[in-house]
Amino acid sequence: MADLNNIFDIAGRSMSAQMVRLNTVASNLANANSVSSSTDEAYRAIRPVFETSYADAAGKSGLATVDVAEIVALDREPMRIFEPGHPSSDKDGFIYQAAVDTEEEMIEMMEASRQYQNTVEVVSTLRSLMMRTVNMGQ
Amino acid sequence: MAGFGESFGLHAQALVLRSQRNEILASNIANAATPNFKARDIDFKSVLSAAAGQGGLQASHAGHISKTQTTDGAEHMYRVPVMPSLDGNTVELSVEQMEFSENVTGYQTSLTLLNRRINGLFSAIKGE
Repeated sequence: MADLNNIFDIAGRSMSAQMVRLNTVASNLANANSVSSSTDEAYRAIRPVFETSYADAAGKSGLATVDVAEIVALDREPMRIFEPGHPSSDKDGFIYQAAVDTEEEMIEMMEASRQYQNTVEVVSTLRSLMMRTVNMGQ
Repeated sequence: MAGFGESFGLHAQALVLRSQRNEILASNIANAATPNFKARDIDFKSVLSAAAGQGGLQASHAGHISKTQTTDGAEHMYRVPVMPSLDGNTVELSVEQMEFSENVTGYQTSLTLLNRRINGLFSAIKGE
């Protein structure tokens, strides 16, 4: 794993993690209304799993950022709808709709974008402090 | 005669500690959505007074090298959350952002005072 030395490492990796989260939300929303002809083929919402990554093994310096450990598909049952006329219905006339909760995804999206904004705010504040420090005594 | 470093006084050390505390608080904010992350912080006042020589290492000989105080030796304490959350995360954005803005203001104060000190030294050197 890359080194974790300063605010730019902390914020950069945290923003990447939030970006992955936003991308999973986009995938989920894009697939929200997709249907398939069996339970196994149906789309299930995916979520990133966040994990703290410390600068040193003991966490002594207090610096930590966040990484995406893995992306998991949620264990939810797709909705079974009786629609015999549908081209992808199974032999009994059922189709299976993707297991995506649209409201939940919207909340995920808002939280991720707020997190992203917070991190950007921290970076711009600290960067302006750094610039003022560089110009110290002038 | 005092060196240039000594004339900067406590603010030079305060600046280093403020900057390190900024990074710790930034770590907390970055981990605001990570399950089981525990927010951490340092007690700025006690770390600074240790850096100022009260309780820190005292130099008893002119040849002793002064130790730059960092937060590495400081105790990183865990923050007590106002409301515990279900996922075990103790970062509360309102608390962290207030601490962060307080710390940034403290940093700017130290920086401004240092700038004035440097300008004073420059006036003394030029003798104008």
